[in-house]
Amino acid sequence: MPLFWLRVAVGFYGLGLLYALLALVRRHEIISRIIMPVIGIAFVLHFVSLTEHYVNVGRLMPDSIHTSESLLAFLIMVFFTVVYVRYRTTAPGIFVFPLVFLLTFSAAVGLKPPQFTSPVLRSGWILVHVALIFTGYAALFFSFAASLLYLLQERTLKSKRGGGLMSRLPALEVIDQMGYRSLLLGFPFMTFGIVAGSVIAQAEFGSHYFLDPKIVLSLLMYAVYMLLVYTRWNSGWRGRKAAYLSTFAFLAAILAWAANYVSGVHRFIAP
Amino acid sequence: MNRFLLIGVNHKTAPVEVRERLAIPESRLPEATKRLAGHAGIEEAMIVSTCNRVELVARAQNGTADLRSFIREYFQVEPCTVEQHLYEYREREAVRHLFRVTSSLDSMVVGEPQILGQVKQAYAVARGVGAINSHLDALVTRAFAVAKRVRSETAIGTSAVSVASVAVELAQKIFGSLEGRAVYLIGAGKMSELAARHLLAHGAGSIFVANRTYEKALEMAERFHGNAIHFDKLYETADKADIVITSTGAPHAIFRREHGERFLARRKNRPMFFIDIAVPRDVDPAMNDLDGIFVYDIDDLQQVASAHVADRKKEAERAEQIIEIEVERFAARLQTSNVVPTIVSLQEHLENIRQAEVERLRGRFGQTTPEQEAAIEALTRGIINKILHTPITTLKSAARDQGEGPVVELIRRIFNLEDKSKAATDGSKD
Repeated sequence: MPLFWLRVAVGFYGLGLLYALLALVRRHEIISRIIMPVIGIAFVLHFVSLTEHYVNVGRLMPDSIHTSESLLAFLIMVFFTVVYVRYRTTAPGIFVFPLVFLLTFSAAVGLKPPQFTSPVLRSGWILVHVALIFTGYAALFFSFAASLLYLLQERTLKSKRGGGLMSRLPALEVIDQMGYRSLLLGFPFMTFGIVAGSVIAQAEFGSHYFLDPKIVLSLLMYAVYMLLVYTRWNSGWRGRKAAYLSTFAFLAAILAWAANYVSGVHRFIAP
Repeated sequence: MNRFLLIGVNHKTAPVEVRERLAIPESRLPEATKRLAGHAGIEEAMIVSTCNRVELVARAQNGTADLRSFIREYFQVEPCTVEQHLYEYREREAVRHLFRVTSSLDSMVVGEPQILGQVKQAYAVARGVGAINSHLDALVTRAFAVAKRVRSETAIGTSAVSVASVAVELAQKIFGSLEGRAVYLIGAGKMSELAARHLLAHGAGSIFVANRTYEKALEMAERFHGNAIHFDKLYETADKADIVITSTGAPHAIFRREHGERFLARRKNRPMFFIDIAVPRDVDPAMNDLDGIFVYDIDDLQQVASAHVADRKKEAERAEQIIEIEVERFAARLQTSNVVPTIVSLQEHLENIRQAEVERLRGRFGQTTPEQEAAIEALTRGIINKILHTPITTLKSAARDQGEGPVVELIRRIFNLEDKSKAATDGSKD
């Protein structure tokens, strides 16, 4: 049943994808009017799917790559919803919806993924680690989306043609605030998530674990994240420079996420 | 359709000399509206009077009323001076015209938002003097709803079409709210002052003024409640402003790329918006290449404005379609609402007869059991519903074909129905 709800949600998120594709071309009356209700339904179904899954499994820890994807997509949607409530704009959806669609789609196609069977996952600390890191990922992705929006709006303003896209996107400073705030919000999550992970790894696997590709990539991503926060705070980097940096951070995050497949110990599949 | 009449002049049909002749100042509007409502053959009335139009909207008692005679009498004008500029609409056409006016499709600047407020004001005045009752009320409130629909479903009023408002729109697209933003006004000029005023009206906070002659700066600063700055302090202070408006007579650019770089460094890359109204230009266009600096010169602003005008034209076409639909809908509603009072009094009439007869029956038979009671109710109700069925469907279908007049008349005569309110009291005496 959780999979069923998720699949229905994916259907609705699909409309979000359509919205994202059309948004850059022209304002689409019907879609922009129904987009929030539709996404709202998808969001609720998604929540139902997650809850039901965790009730079935009996614990909160994601038990496969697919549940992880679904959870991450959900956290990103939480960010999107908070921003929507605060700023009344669906513009971040241009970048958020496609990613959420991809994540949930991949989670919903239902090929039986390898289950995380490692006994390490029984520990409560892992849950803390995962929750913190995932929130950090969601925040990072959101600020990445915001920096792309910023770039887009900046180009439109500089092109001096006005109209269309310019009026549909939020104001430059508003986009900047959305991005900066989610960056700041995500930072402590990411930091403590990585600290928690290190502590667990140290205790369970010893220090050689830190040479694992997953860990190296995660630390790289974290370093870029730190750089992003620092340059924005210290010299107000925004626009192009910030977009480059956050693209880099996002790529590092994807690599770190994907590194689960090559990592020796972070796969959590009992040998 | 319900005897609506509309007569008026607007900027398209009449030159300003005629319009000012017919304009009614706000102070005299209540009295004028009252007089129009009291004019021969008129039941309800409203007058919209703005600098671009005068519209007399009325509902005739029956047959037609002569609004032209009202204009002749009230304004004391020779027929030949205004007659040719007047347009006159009745029924469906009048409804459509009022919808178009209220939705700002008939305005000089299509989509401008003031007209809705002006019609609302006229409506409030007419209500205040009791010149509006149910029918005109329904029409005018519908017009407000249509205007709202047009505004929310088309982008007709969303874009700025004057240079000053384009400047505000752009500033808002850069800074979001203008609340607390600082404006720097360099040089003097009608257009730059207008832009500054617009920005202040939209919430911009402080204002700095610089001029080559310091006295002029002082004088202007006073008018804007801002700070005058010595011209030689310009480069040290310009970065304090979020929005810089330039209109000096300088032969060369006064802000160049290197200035922009310095400002950005001092502002920690917070964006800056340069509005360059001067010709020749005061701001080097190369500044626009810097991340975080946006430069619009007068041509750019004008270009955006005219692009918006073109957009509005497209949106106006969509708005016209909405209006057509709404006129149809309103007409259909009015048609059936014409026969509703008759249907109601017919039902009341028969119901009263039924109750009276049931009472009489009780008097003769004494106590009845609940089952008998229910049977009597069902029987009598069944009879009157069967009788009513054909008259009601006939009324409704006549209303749809707009030929309800004779049918209503006939039914009222056959059943001896008075006015709706009277019928109720008459019935109770039966």
